[in-house]
Amino acid sequence: MKRDKLTISKKQFNSRLIVGTGKYKSMTECAKAINISEADIVTVAVRRVNITDKKKPLLMDYIDPKKITYLPNTAGCFNSEEALRTLRLAREIGGWKLVKLEVLGDKKNLFPEMIETLKSTEILTKEGFKVMVYCNDDPLMAKRLENVGAAAIMPLAAPIGSGLGILNKINIQIIRDQTKLPLIIDAGLGQASDATIAMELGCDGVLVNTAIAKAKKPFEMAKAFKNAVVAGRQSFLSGRIEKKVMGSASSPKKGII
Amino acid sequence: MKKKIKIKINGKINKIYDKTKLSDLIKNLEVPLKKVAIELNKEIVDKKNINKINLKVNDEIEIVHFIGGG
Repeated sequence: MKRDKLTISKKQFNSRLIVGTGKYKSMTECAKAINISEADIVTVAVRRVNITDKKKPLLMDYIDPKKITYLPNTAGCFNSEEALRTLRLAREIGGWKLVKLEVLGDKKNLFPEMIETLKSTEILTKEGFKVMVYCNDDPLMAKRLENVGAAAIMPLAAPIGSGLGILNKINIQIIRDQTKLPLIIDAGLGQASDATIAMELGCDGVLVNTAIAKAKKPFEMAKAFKNAVVAGRQSFLSGRIEKKVMGSASSPKKGII
Repeated sequence: MKKKIKIKINGKINKIYDKTKLSDLIKNLEVPLKKVAIELNKEIVDKKNINKINLKVNDEIEIVHFIGGG
């Protein structure tokens, strides 16, 4: 098979699995899981430096930003102003222009606040950011994000950290059919087969954090997700058979004894 | 004796000498400059210019970096 790469804003990545770096027991565990997952992109959060504890380990000491693409994320922001401030700071740390925008609207279900998200996407794009946008699985809103310059559409499968898998396959299919932008399922996956389903729907990639970090065996789950994404992508590219109501025998009738 | 002033660093009040350079403060805090971004009174600071900035009373500084997140 020809090398099938994920392209986002003209940049190519070998892996279609993006992983989060939160919720791990330690930085060491996080770094090892990422290594096993073979992900090229990891999401990271922007937070205050602990100025009283200087010995606290730094993420960059464990995951080399020269080898793995850091995708700064605005997780924890509940309005456009906070999200813009966060990403402008992220850019300042070291020139990151490819970012993930996530503006939340509700502390319990963590659904995205789409009006603020749309507004932020437009502003950030005008400022030169390449914005990968966490959004609802709403085809109309996905279209509007595309129209204001989003670099990738990242609909949720289910609420963040819920592990429910893709709740609305039809909507994901509609979004896939309407856009040529990278479509990446973000949030809500629970097990490896959920990633395969996303890829079989024609998504360009998946973003997974909790399902790996909080699995009983994170390293094994990292490997499972890696394989699941590859399997799903191959399955999608191979062209599945049509679904039929009746059976169709696999062995020829001729020569039956 | 140099006058001491109150400033806020990452939300907490700190006392420093008046007109301390931002670059000296960063050095004293042992913050790795390459791995952080700095905001002074809600404005992002160009890290190249931190030796030209003298801190004054009630300045609010935010120093951020990347941590694990989803």
